Amino acid sequence: MLNALWQGKTLPVLAVCAVLAVFWYAGSVWLNADMQRDAFANAGKADFTMAELIEGTWSQERPKLPTPGQILVELNKTILDTAPTSKRSLVYHGSVTVSATLLGFLIGSVLGMGLAVLVVHVKSLDRSLMPWVVASQTIPIIALAPMIVVIMNQFDITGLVPKAVIAAYLSFFPVTVGMVKGLRSPDPLQLDLMRTYSADRLQIFLKLRVPASMPFLFASLKVAVAASLVGTVVAELTKSEDGGFGARLLAGSYYGQTIQIWSALFAAAACAWVLVTLVGIADRLVTRAMGARP
Amino acid sequence: MTGIKFHRPIALLAGVMAIFAAVAPIDLGVDGLALGDHLWSRMVFGILGVTALRDSQDTPQPANAIWNLPFAALLAAVEIVDLAHMSGVRGWGFFCGIGGVWLAAWRTVDIVIVRTPTRGKRAQFMRLLVPMIFGATLLVLWETLAISLEVPKVILPTPFAILVRLVTSVPTLAADFVQTAQGVIAGYAIGCGAGVLVAIVIDRVPFLQRGLLPLGNLVSALPIVGVAPIMVMWFGFDWQSKAAVVVIMTFFPMLVNTVAGLSAAGHMERDLMKTYAASYGQTLVDLRLPAALPFIFNGLKINSTLAFIGAIVAEFFGTPIVGMGFRINTEVGRMNIDMVWATIVVAGVAGSLFYGLLALVERRATFWHASYRQGVM
Repeated sequence: MLNALWQGKTLPVLAVCAVLAVFWYAGSVWLNADMQRDAFANAGKADFTMAELIEGTWSQERPKLPTPGQILVELNKTILDTAPTSKRSLVYHGSVTVSATLLGFLIGSVLGMGLAVLVVHVKSLDRSLMPWVVASQTIPIIALAPMIVVIMNQFDITGLVPKAVIAAYLSFFPVTVGMVKGLRSPDPLQLDLMRTYSADRLQIFLKLRVPASMPFLFASLKVAVAASLVGTVVAELTKSEDGGFGARLLAGSYYGQTIQIWSALFAAAACAWVLVTLVGIADRLVTRAMGARP
Repeated sequence: MTGIKFHRPIALLAGVMAIFAAVAPIDLGVDGLALGDHLWSRMVFGILGVTALRDSQDTPQPANAIWNLPFAALLAAVEIVDLAHMSGVRGWGFFCGIGGVWLAAWRTVDIVIVRTPTRGKRAQFMRLLVPMIFGATLLVLWETLAISLEVPKVILPTPFAILVRLVTSVPTLAADFVQTAQGVIAGYAIGCGAGVLVAIVIDRVPFLQRGLLPLGNLVSALPIVGVAPIMVMWFGFDWQSKAAVVVIMTFFPMLVNTVAGLSAAGHMERDLMKTYAASYGQTLVDLRLPAALPFIFNGLKINSTLAFIGAIVAEFFGTPIVGMGFRINTEVGRMNIDMVWATIVVAGVAGSLFYGLLALVERRATFWHASYRQGVM
């Protein structure tokens, strides 16, 4: 049993995590030691033991590097012990971010799939628009985020929508590229077979192209949902009064609240992980329903 | 099947709109048919209208005089941009002209597509021409509509205004670019280099491969950009903190790609190396690293975009008063949207040049790879 776990991925991953944790605690001692010595000096405490120093570096108010334990305590405090409606609750900030992410992801993927269908069927669009969609992957389009927020603010469009727009355009491009690739993936033999069945274009599309595109689509959707979250967080940096993980990060960096930054980061990472996993589950369900061979 | 659709209605509509533009009032406040003003423009629109109408009566790929319409469309596009910059030009003839130019450009794209040969230098050029025409049309529409519909400058500046801003503030933009590029290049080199080295180490130790790789895959999906405020606290406001963010962002994609690449060499080739009594190092350098190159280049390409994103977002958190992310953030606050667009243009051009350079090096380094063989597509 133990041997099997060791040969598999569970124990190696745990071991690597354990090593990382050890390094992390050591890093906190190393990075926070100077500040702790200053603190002891200010308190008039000239002689202190090594144990006291280490103890001190692990329990500072604003450490340079908080320990995983401190972050967990903060997460526990802001998620479980605070009412979800309070502005101090990470659940509140998380729901702000995730709702904008999901709305944007939904809009972006629907538009992306629609454009992919058009591109596959209209040659002019394929030749003229597609190169720009592909090229847009090579430029940091996230730089547009602050401008979109501010411009939409001018039209009195605030709250969820500007962030969702940014999340949508960040998820739009990968979905289009992946879906076009997928819709083109049936080989000539399969297309010929459909023609011998005298299938019309709609039937070929629904019964061959769409099922064949699913693996490509879901691979892009995973990228897209992660990009949506990043887009939302960056948008929240520009417009931080509505809350969200980005606002938490910004507030933390203004006031030097490192523990708050780290806990927001961990919560955002957990949300990203959950979202990607959900897309993965949807992937398995859909490809199975479409009759994919395992 | 050529895939060219609706060529008749498009050309017909383009022709009708251009004819309208040739006779209808171009200036605001003129009633009925007007022919006295803007004579030269009316002539150009008239030519476009006639050629488009003739094209609409032809087959989708007419044999002779096929380049008449594209040429007339180009002339009319120049003319309409010129008209838009004159004051008082808001008549419905002018808007008909915009519509005519747009539809004629659409038909031009179709014409270029049907005349593109399947291979050769000419085909390459014409494949590049199509997106160029599309982009130019978009710019013409943006310029003319933004001016004539009086879109406020703080919402959407015209391409021309952005260009003027770009040219007049070259020193500022150059300083911003240098500041950001320092962080990007340093971080990119360290992150990608470390990714490849750690991947080679992991490859020797299967235990790490099972332990570290799932974590690497996980981290690739996380919003790592969020470490930016922490790095700014640790490494200060200057480019070093941006480089640190870039290192963290680029490390894991590089690691995952290189590990995948190191297992790309086939068993036959590895066995051959063994029969040569090649050492681990020789097999690595002569067989497995070259075989991993396509994967490594894939990682490098993904990272080229990530590096710019990391550096620009990190600058939102604090920077000396220079840098592209800083410029975007402050000029947005001061409502200088044209300066924001100019910075975005610089970022876009820099990003795609970087990517293009990588693609070029990749072609040179992995010329043997199947994806470059002619006729594979």
